Order: sequence, then C-alpha cells, then structure tokens
Amino acid sequence: MSTNTLGQRSNWFPHLILWIGAFITLFPIYVTFVASTLTPRDIAQTPMQMWPGSQFLSNYMAAWDKGSAGTYMSPPAKRLLLNSLIVALVVTFGKITVSLLSAYAVVFFRFPGRMFFFWMIFITLMLPVEVRIIPTYQVVTNLNLLNSYAGLTLPLIASATATLLFRQFFLTIPDELVEAAKIDGAGPMRFFKDMLLPLSRTNIAALFVILFIYGWNQYLWPLLIVTSNSLDVVVVAIKKMIGGGAEPTDWHIVMSTTILALIPPVLVIVAMQKQFVKGLTDSEK
Amino acid sequence: MQRRVTFNSKFLPYLLLSPQVAITLVFFFWPAWQAIQLSVVQQDAFGQHSTFVGLTNFKELFADPDYVKTLIRTLIFSSAVALTALIPALILALMCERVVRGATFYRTLLVLPYAVAPAVAGVLWLFMFSPSVGIVAYWLKKMGMDWNPRLNGDHAMCLVIMAAAWKQISYNFLFFLAGLQSIPKALLEAAAIDGASNWKRFWTITFPLLSPTTFFLLVVNIVYAFFDTFGIIDAVTSGGPAKATEVLVYKVYYDGVHALNIGSSAAQSVVLMVMVVALTAIQFRYVERKVHY
Repeated sequence: MSTNTLGQRSNWFPHLILWIGAFITLFPIYVTFVASTLTPRDIAQTPMQMWPGSQFLSNYMAAWDKGSAGTYMSPPAKRLLLNSLIVALVVTFGKITVSLLSAYAVVFFRFPGRMFFFWMIFITLMLPVEVRIIPTYQVVTNLNLLNSYAGLTLPLIASATATLLFRQFFLTIPDELVEAAKIDGAGPMRFFKDMLLPLSRTNIAALFVILFIYGWNQYLWPLLIVTSNSLDVVVVAIKKMIGGGAEPTDWHIVMSTTILALIPPVLVIVAMQKQFVKGLTDSEK
Repeated sequence: MQRRVTFNSKFLPYLLLSPQVAITLVFFFWPAWQAIQLSVVQQDAFGQHSTFVGLTNFKELFADPDYVKTLIRTLIFSSAVALTALIPALILALMCERVVRGATFYRTLLVLPYAVAPAVAGVLWLFMFSPSVGIVAYWLKKMGMDWNPRLNGDHAMCLVIMAAAWKQISYNFLFFLAGLQSIPKALLEAAAIDGASNWKRFWTITFPLLSPTTFFLLVVNIVYAFFDTFGIIDAVTSGGPAKATEVLVYKVYYDGVHALNIGSSAAQSVVLMVMVVALTAIQFRYVERKVHY
C-alpha cells in the first residue's frame, strides 16, 4: 500500500467523484447528441434509446439546409450560425479595439478630463444589458437600428471590463520602455502599434475567448431587437423552434441545431484552454 | 495610477477615447437616464400623454404583493443556485487537486458547460426532463414520482435551479482550483505529520484559507443567478407555470415587453440597478480586503 505525506492511501475515491462530476456534466449533451441522430418517432418513444441512431446525416443535413418547420419557420442552420458568428466576432473585436484605444489614452496621456472619462467608463461595469433592456430598446428604435447587425452588436460593445483589464496591464509596462521609444523618435501611434500591441498579445488572446463566448451566447438582446427571422442568432432560434404547443416540436431538428450551436464555443474553450483560464481569472480582478 | 512618462498631444487622447465614450453615452447613459425618467412618470393607455408622478411607481411596486413575491422568489432562487453550484464545485476541485493523473483531462470536461449558452443549457435540461419525451422524466415517473414541471411550480423551480447550477459549476470549479493551488503545501504536510486527519485538515486549514475565494464566488454566483439566468428561465418555463419561476429580471422583461407596463418596468429596472451597484460595492470591498490579506 503506497502512502504519500498527506496520508492519501488509495487514489480511487477522487477519481470516482470526478467521474460522477464529468458524467453529470456530459450527460445532458450526450442525450442531445443521441436525439440528434434519431427519427422523430424514435425520439417520441419512451424511454428514448441511449445509443446513437442512424439518422445522423439526414438530420444534420436537414437542419443545415432547411431548418425547422412549424409555427416558427426557422432559417436554415447555416444562416443562423453565420448570424451568430458575425455577432460574436463583431462584439469581440469591437470591444477589444475600443478598449485598447481608450485604455491607451487613459494610461499614456495626461489631459484635462482624464479621470472624468475614466470614471464614466468605469461606471458602466456595473449595469448589464439585462437591467436596462427596455430603455436601450427604445434608444435603438429611435436610431432606426432594429433588425440590423449594428443594433445587434453596438450596445453590447459598451462595457468596461476589457478597458479596465488593458489599463491594468498597461500600468505594468516599465517607463524605460516608453522613454526608449521616445528617444528613438517614435510617436504615440507608432509606440502603440509597434510595442504596445505585440506586448498585449496574450491579454488579447485571453479576452478573445471570454468575449467570443459572451457574444455567441447572447440571448435576451437579440430576442428583443430582431423581428425578422433571417437575422435570428442560433441560440434564439433554438428556443423559438420549441413550439408553444400548437404545433409539435421537430425535436430531431432542434437537437441537431443545438449540437451545431455548441461546436464553436466548445472548440474555442478546448483549443484555448490556457487563455480561457487566464481571461476568466483576470477579468474578475 | 498615473505613469511618470507620458506622451504629449492635445487631441489624440480625445480621439482615442471617442469610440468608447460615444458608445457609452448612446447605449448606456442615455438609456439609464430614460429608465430613471420613465420610472417617475405614468403614461395613459395610448402612450400619448405622460404625467410626472414622482415616486408613485416605486410605491406601487413595493405595495404590489406580486412584486414582493417575485422579490422573495428571486432571493430563494439565487441562494439555491449559488449553493447548488458552489458545493459540488468545491468538492470537485478538492478531488481534482488530489489526483495525480488525469487532472487536465477532468478539468477539460468539467469546464465545458461554461461554453454553453444559458438558453441552450435550458433546452438541454428541458429535453431531459420534458414529461412527454424526457429520459430523466421517464425514470422519475418509474420511481413513482408524478413529475410535471409544466403544471407543478416546485418541479419547474427545481428544474431551472439545476440547469442554472449545472452551467455555473465550471466557473466555480476553476476558481476553487486556483484557490487551492495557492495554499502552501507545507502547511498541509505539517498538519499531516502532527496527525490531523483529512477531514480535520480541510476544516482547519483549507477551508479558512479558501474563504476569500468562497466569498467572492458567492457574490458572483448571486449576480449570475439574478441576471444571467434569463435565457434559462425563458427557454425552460417562460416564467411559468403561473409565475412560479418568474424572477426579477424576467418580470422587467415581461412587464415591459408583453404587458406594456412601461412605467412599472422602468421602476423595476431602477431597483435592479440599485441592487447591482450594491452587489458590486460589496465585491469591491472584498477585493480591498484581499489586498490586505
């Protein structure tokens, strides 16, 4: 019997608990995957079978090219995923660009009103879109931005998290570096482009993961401001496909669309796990 | 906070700030101002005239038994979500610290729900627990339980709490793991040599040293349950049955968008804003303390 200093005799117990945890984590996704490979009739069987069926290709092709029928005539999944991708990328790069610039201004320049602007941005940290939906909706209506990508994305770009993060990082850059750049005759924009941006690479990557998932998973805002189905993002469309009862739900299409909607954010998290953990812990400091 | 070496330019800093300031003014301050304005007026049925009514909307709000019920329901819901998401996350993090092999593998699996949109998480759980097609609903019925979240408010509440906690466990797990890794191993080893059991070491060393993390996560989880669970609730129950799962954010949405009671919805928004500011203040006080820790 092997014993380490902390007196842990055997190692099976932690593994058992972790397996149970992983099982609970994966089971809902697995059930969805199985349902996405079955015929509607097989899904309606109780109990539903727990191993994949033979309809994988036909279900996914139907979801990808046609979408769901019923009360909500959904656009095909390829359109929905494209909308989600556009929203996620615009929000991500919009936020990163806007915050890099403003953090640069606040940290590297001295000018009247600096603290005023800093606090003005800082205060937005506190209020998520959910809290101010109705008035923001009215503003977007006044600006004639309903049913547009601009209306979908611009209001989500207003947030302080990324600005604060970059500010924090910029403050750690040694003065000598800035001085050296100045002596070499680099102007402020040159310094920004050639020194600051390359130095911020890991921070940008970490933020990318967090913001991409944030943008991809938006629900309430797109639900409110999009009324034409062709602009729906995938997350909203999945919910709309589940009928209110008048028409039966096309569960096989809903389930394959759900799996398709999970792939991009899951890929980002798995492929960029290190940056993800860094982004998560940084943005909460 | 200010750097010693800075660039000199009259206009450049304003130019650099302008995109963020413009977006913040248009999509943040303008709506927030409108919410406050709307919350102190009442509109007639056609939205043509509005009269200034002072704090009437707020008084009516807190005099409304439905609103008070929603408030209490939100508190119960968020405490339940926080506990259900924190305790398993802590246990899993402790176990993940103890395994020698496979820690990365488990971590990768356990963080996956973070990538799932709240509304999609809702759909996953709705499907498993749907009385007509759900596999878990079938098991529950076989065990003799009359499971029906469409009719039974308590069942519906349990379902949204489970879905919300399932999604949040990943986040808590990662923070607990980071917290555990920062506890000096020497302390635990010294206690082990002195003959303290696993259990005793946990309660006298690990748990107290984790308390800043735990407290921070408690606040974050409550904020999450308050605001980020809208998609879950909308997908699983739409606030029903008979308002059994209607929380504050859902009521703002429902009263403003479906019931078209703009004045009340705006007043509710303002109340929520005050709550977020309070929660953020608590969080910042904690951050302050962590520095002194």
